[in-house]
Amino acid sequence: MVMTSDKHILVALVANKPGVLNRVASLFRRRGFNIESITVGHTEKEGISRMTIVVNGDPATVEQVRKQLDKVIDVVKVHDITQDSVVDRELALIKVKTTSTNRSEIIQIVDIFRANIVDVAADSLIVEVTGDEDKLNSLFRLLSSFGIREIARTGRLAMTRGVPPG
Amino acid sequence: MKLTGAQIICESFAKEGVEVIFGFPGGSLLPFYDTLPQYPQLRHILVRHEQGAAHAADGYARASGRAGVCCATSGPGATNLVTGIANAYLDSSPVIALTGQVARPFIGKDAFQEIDITGITLPITKHNYVVMSAAEMAGVIKEAFHIATTGRPGPVLIDVPRDVFVEEAEYHYPARVDLPGYKPVIRGHSAQIKKAARLINESRRPVIISGRGVVISRAYEELRELAEKAQIPVITTLLGISSFPENHMLSLGMLGMHGMAHANKAVNEADLVIAVGMRFDDRATAKVSAFAPKARIIHVDIDPAEIGKNVRVDVPIVGDARDVLRDLNKEVVTLSRVEWISQMDEWRGCHMAAAIRDGEDLIPQYVIHSICEVTQGNSIIVTGVGQHQMWSAQCFCYKKPNTLISSGGLGTMGFELPAAIGAKVGCPDETVWCVAGDGGFQMTIQELATITQERTAVKIAIINNGYLGMVRQWQELFYGRRYVATPLSSPDFVKIAEAYGIAAVRVRTRLEVVPAIQKAMEHDGPFLIDFVVEPEENVYPMVPPGAALADLIEAPRTQLVAPGSDRVSE
Repeated sequence: MVMTSDKHILVALVANKPGVLNRVASLFRRRGFNIESITVGHTEKEGISRMTIVVNGDPATVEQVRKQLDKVIDVVKVHDITQDSVVDRELALIKVKTTSTNRSEIIQIVDIFRANIVDVAADSLIVEVTGDEDKLNSLFRLLSSFGIREIARTGRLAMTRGVPPG
Repeated sequence: MKLTGAQIICESFAKEGVEVIFGFPGGSLLPFYDTLPQYPQLRHILVRHEQGAAHAADGYARASGRAGVCCATSGPGATNLVTGIANAYLDSSPVIALTGQVARPFIGKDAFQEIDITGITLPITKHNYVVMSAAEMAGVIKEAFHIATTGRPGPVLIDVPRDVFVEEAEYHYPARVDLPGYKPVIRGHSAQIKKAARLINESRRPVIISGRGVVISRAYEELRELAEKAQIPVITTLLGISSFPENHMLSLGMLGMHGMAHANKAVNEADLVIAVGMRFDDRATAKVSAFAPKARIIHVDIDPAEIGKNVRVDVPIVGDARDVLRDLNKEVVTLSRVEWISQMDEWRGCHMAAAIRDGEDLIPQYVIHSICEVTQGNSIIVTGVGQHQMWSAQCFCYKKPNTLISSGGLGTMGFELPAAIGAKVGCPDETVWCVAGDGGFQMTIQELATITQERTAVKIAIINNGYLGMVRQWQELFYGRRYVATPLSSPDFVKIAEAYGIAAVRVRTRLEVVPAIQKAMEHDGPFLIDFVVEPEENVYPMVPPGAALADLIEAPRTQLVAPGSDRVSE
């Protein structure tokens, strides 16, 4: 997929030590870099976590972000995978207001998006959806006409296709 | 063998060659202090305020080239270190700060004297640690010294809960560190070096701008070889002063806001800037968009993040200044550049470097110049921040490597006295002059007691003009001479010194200057001179804030137009 020039995906492999998220977050705040999303989780290697960071900025700014991140001792490696061919996914949970009359219409929309309904209550239901940003945004738009009560998003995960970075 | 956490710290410090710790005890550090007498090779110097400990460790590190160590207790002790740690961070000084923390069960409970010092120092340390068990201690200390002293040096803080000091663990000092995320690049990329050499060989008007990185990597000989071989004038940043002998034909002195007119002019006219171990600080570049407008730029720095941060760079070279210059020297050709060098001589001739005007009045420039004359340039000069700092940079001829210690990046008033103590402890055979302003001196004046207790033979020159001089100068030039909060009443510094048991004299005229300095030099032990100087003397040349290097003011004028918002340019 093609990213707009101001949005970059950075993947940072970090030592899984206390405070490492704080070090990274503090760096972004201090240098005035704008994070759109950040996700953290374990990797296949013990003791190493993976951060997927989506940042806004011109190429020079993002290059500074990458270099500054690389300076953090607990950051093992940083890649800007924006230009690479990547698979990127985000998960969202959406609580939609429902009535007995519109429930089936909502279910139809959810099916088209290959999303799942994971909870049903008398006046609402929760939709679980996975996909790229465009897909999620389209679904939000469609569901918003029914009334959205709550949204929880994970932020973006990304991985280059084929040979992994580093 | 099992040792306590405190013993492991001391053993490890000894292994790292630590000879002195600047510190101040307190509750959570008590087990550490109780252990110190078992290690007589670790000298402890009691400061009077923890800020002094951090600055002294910084001064020690800069003068000696080894890591400086300071310690403070939890809570206020630790927060008092903060300014000193930040100062070391901005000037890339290898400082190890050991702080006590409340015992592990109390962490997070807002216990007495508990503060999150690792959180506080996150953005001002190269790295920091909380040691949650004695078993990790040796490894942490090994890493801390490695991180502090290699690559681009910087401060590392180690926070130790009180009960970890007394916990026992098997002691084994690791031979090496395993830090997959920390591998500084030392050797420059050969293709980049060839590219840089080609630019140097082709250029007609090159200048070198040498920064603190050259001092840190002791690349003096390599820098000199490059300058002489390719006939390139050498300009320094404030902290690059003494990386190149100032009495050398190719030396142009300092650039920047209060740099030499000819140095700034040379940068403005150059077709190639070779920047080595400097970071294009705004005080050095002035208006960055107008910096070196005709030049291509080669930037050598060990920190990749510095390259391209402030200015566009044509040839970046990541590496240690010494290694890179050594490799570069093999590639550059011997040249004469008669035209460019004689242009330098012409500019030097019409812009006096540090003109000291004649007269009876005691001007600060004359004081600094006289310290240089009397010591024959054989002294380490340690300064605070402000006018006296700029005069110290301008009027002393630095011939020996690493002889100016000054707070550059953070600009910390009060740095001078404790840093001078550290410098003298680190280099006991060198003469150390602490040049202070009457304002900054009072910020850390309590360290006079440390000098007395430790018999540290620091010579102190107070440039006493009765003002917070640099701020007053800005008020005079840009704020319609409205001297708000800058007139300064001071105690009788001679009496103060005497009360601390330090010999002192006051000097009011030019005639007394040299004899007083001679007396200080002959005196066995610390000595203070209170130089009561011309109150409204200004530092010139000056590039007004927000202006370009080319728009430098040489001759005093009564009033200048404030260039836009001062906050932005500051």
